[in-house]
Amino acid sequence: MNQPTGTQAKPKAALDVAGASHVTTFSIPYSRVLDPSGKPVGSLPAAGRDKNVVVAIYRAMVLTRQFDARAISLQRTGQLGTYPSSLGQEAVSVAITKAMKPEDVFLGTYRETGGYLTRGVTLTELMRFWGGDERGLDWAGPRRDFPPSIPIASHVPHAAGVASAMKIRKEPRVAVCTMGDGATSKGDFYEAINLAGVWQLPAVFVVINNGWAISVPVSHQTACGTLAQKAVAAGIPGEQVDGNDALAVFDAASRGIERARAGKGSTLIEALTYRLSDHTTADDARRYRKEEEVSAHWAFDPIARLRSYIGSAGWWTKEDEEALVAECKSMIEEAQKAYLALPKPGVTEMFDSLYATLPTALTSQRAAYKDHG
Amino acid sequence: MAEITLVAAINMALARAMADDPSVVVLGEDIARNGGVFRATEGLLDRFGPDRVLDTPLAEGLIAGMAVGMAAEGLKPVGEIQFLGFMYSTVDQLVNHASRLRNRTRGRITCPMVIRAPMGAGVHAPEHHSESTEAMFAHIPGLRVVIPSSPARAYGLLLAAIRDPDPVVFLEPTRLYRAFREEVQDDGRAAPMDICFVLREGTDVTLVTWGAMVKETLAAADRLAEEGISAEVIDVATLKPFDAKTVIESVTKTGRCVIVHEAPLTAGFGAEVAAQVAEHALTSLLAPIARVTAPDVIVPLARLEHDYMPSETRIVEAARSAVRYA
Repeated sequence: MNQPTGTQAKPKAALDVAGASHVTTFSIPYSRVLDPSGKPVGSLPAAGRDKNVVVAIYRAMVLTRQFDARAISLQRTGQLGTYPSSLGQEAVSVAITKAMKPEDVFLGTYRETGGYLTRGVTLTELMRFWGGDERGLDWAGPRRDFPPSIPIASHVPHAAGVASAMKIRKEPRVAVCTMGDGATSKGDFYEAINLAGVWQLPAVFVVINNGWAISVPVSHQTACGTLAQKAVAAGIPGEQVDGNDALAVFDAASRGIERARAGKGSTLIEALTYRLSDHTTADDARRYRKEEEVSAHWAFDPIARLRSYIGSAGWWTKEDEEALVAECKSMIEEAQKAYLALPKPGVTEMFDSLYATLPTALTSQRAAYKDHG
Repeated sequence: MAEITLVAAINMALARAMADDPSVVVLGEDIARNGGVFRATEGLLDRFGPDRVLDTPLAEGLIAGMAVGMAAEGLKPVGEIQFLGFMYSTVDQLVNHASRLRNRTRGRITCPMVIRAPMGAGVHAPEHHSESTEAMFAHIPGLRVVIPSSPARAYGLLLAAIRDPDPVVFLEPTRLYRAFREEVQDDGRAAPMDICFVLREGTDVTLVTWGAMVKETLAAADRLAEEGISAEVIDVATLKPFDAKTVIESVTKTGRCVIVHEAPLTAGFGAEVAAQVAEHALTSLLAPIARVTAPDVIVPLARLEHDYMPSETRIVEAARSAVRYA
C-alpha cells in the first residue's frame, strides 16, 4: 500500500501558503456514442464495432426487461416478494458487467437484474432470492460476486476492501461497484472512494444516477452540478456517461476497468439514466412525480436505441427480434416453473448457515424450532 | 517465560497470527508506524511490512466495511478501533453485512474478520473513551463477542478469534491493559472461545462477571473468603454465544448468583445471565439473583468515574446479602 514509512521526503510547505490555495480546476467529461435515435454521434469506439459484444448486450437488456415485467406480475399475484424493477436502466448494469472479466468481483445493488444475469446468475436464482429464499444468493455463477446490497452505500467500502485484497496479493483483478445516486449522499461512499484514491485501488465505482432516490430528486440531494465531480475530492478521475447508451457505458466501463487492472487506480463513472418504474412494487411514484415526466423519458429508451443501431448495422432483423422475444419468454417460463417447484427451505436452515459451526448455545434453540417449526 | 501485560499479550497474539498465516492483515488508525494508540500493534509494521499492517484514513465505518470486503476475498483482517466510543459507525457494517454474509449466501461468502477495541472506564480518559456497551454487540445474531480479562486469556482468545471463520468483536478492557503481568507462553495455542472460565471454585455463591470487573470480583472473593464465604468466580469471556451451561451448573451448586458488570444496569448483559439462571436454575436458588452494575447514567468524566464503577465493596456486600438471605 502507498503508506509513508518514515518522514516525507518532500514536506509541503503547508504553513507557507499566503492567501488562497489554488488546488484544482476540473471539468467533467460526458460521453455518448449513440444519440437517442440510435445513430452514432461520432467515431465508434472499438466496442461499438464488435457485433458479438453489442448483440450480446442487447439480448441481455431485452431479457432483463422481460424478467422485470414477469417479476412484477408474480409479485402482484402473490408469488414473489417486493421487487425493484430496473425498467429504463437496463443498459447500465448489463454493459458494465459485460466489460468485466469473470475473475473480477461485482458488488451491486438490488436494482441490477441485468448485471447479475450478465455475470452468470440464473433467472431461477434471482426469482428464488426475490421470492424470499436465501438459497437464491448461493448462486452457482460468479462465486466471489457480492449478493445485492439492500442498504444504501454500505457496500461501497466492501469494494475498497475487495480491491485492497487484490492489490495486496498483486492479482490483476478489479472490483466493480455500482450504486444509485442516493448513495452519493452517504459517508460510506466518500470514505470508500477516498481510500481508493489514496491507495490507488483497482476499483471502478459506477453511480447509476436514475434521477430519484425513491421520492427525492437529485436536485434535492446535492448542490453539485454532477455526481461525478465528487471524484475530485477523492483524487480520482470522474466522468459522466449517457447511461441509456449501452455502447457509451461499455466503453467507459472498459476504460475504467482496464485502467484499474493496469495498476493506475480507481475511476468514478456517473451513468445518467432514468427510473421508468416505481422504486419497488411497494412504491407508487405517482405520489411524487408527474406522469408526463416519465412518459417523456421513454424517448430515451435504451433498448429501442440499441435495437435501432444494430438494425442499421445489419446485425439484427425483425426475425431475430421475434426469435429473441420468444426465447426470453420461454427461458422465463422455465425459470418460473423451476422456482415455483422448489420447496420452501427447512425451518432449521435459518440456523445452519449462521456460523461455520453452530455454537452449543444455539443447539437447543435449533432443536426447539425443528420440533415446532 | 516472561511475565507480560495484557496489551503485550495482544501484541504477541497478533504477531503470532501474522507469522502463522499470511492471510492475516491488521488495519486501523495509527496502527502502523505509531504502533497503535495503546501500542497493541507495535513492531508489526517493521516485521510484516506495509502490505499487511495498514494505516487507514480516519474512518471507522470504512475500517469495518473494508474488513468485510477483505474477508470475503479470503484475507483475515483484524481491524482496530481506537476506543469503543468510536465503534458505533462500524455497527452498520457489523449488523447489516459482517454478521449476515454467510447466512444470506448460505455459506458462499464468509466473513472471517475481527474488530478489536478497548473498552471501559478507569483510565482518566476524555469523554467517549470509557463506555461498556458490549451488550449492544451481544444482541447481534451471527457475531461473536469476546472480552479477555487476563494476559493469558487475551493471547489465547485473540488467536481463537483470528482463526475463527466468522466475525468476532474483541473488546479489550483498557483498565487491564497494563494493570498486571502474567506469564504467557507464545506457543500459538488458542484458548477455547464460546465457553465461560471458572477462575475460582467455591460453594456458597457464584459471582459472574467479565472484562475489567474480573479484577474487583476476584478481590471481593478473597475478602469473602476471610469471612468464611466461599465464592465461585466465573469469567464469562465470550458473551456471544453465551455458555449459560457453566453458569447454571455453578448456581445449581451454590444456590446464589451475583452478576457484576461495569455497564449500566438496564438491558445490560447481566439481564441475560439472570434470565438464564431464572429459567434453568430457579429451584436451586436460595436467594434472589443480584446484579452489581453501574447505574443507568452516562459514564461521568474522570473525577467521578471510580464512583461510577462497581466497587469491590459493593460486590462483597451483594454476595454477603445473598448468603445471609438463606
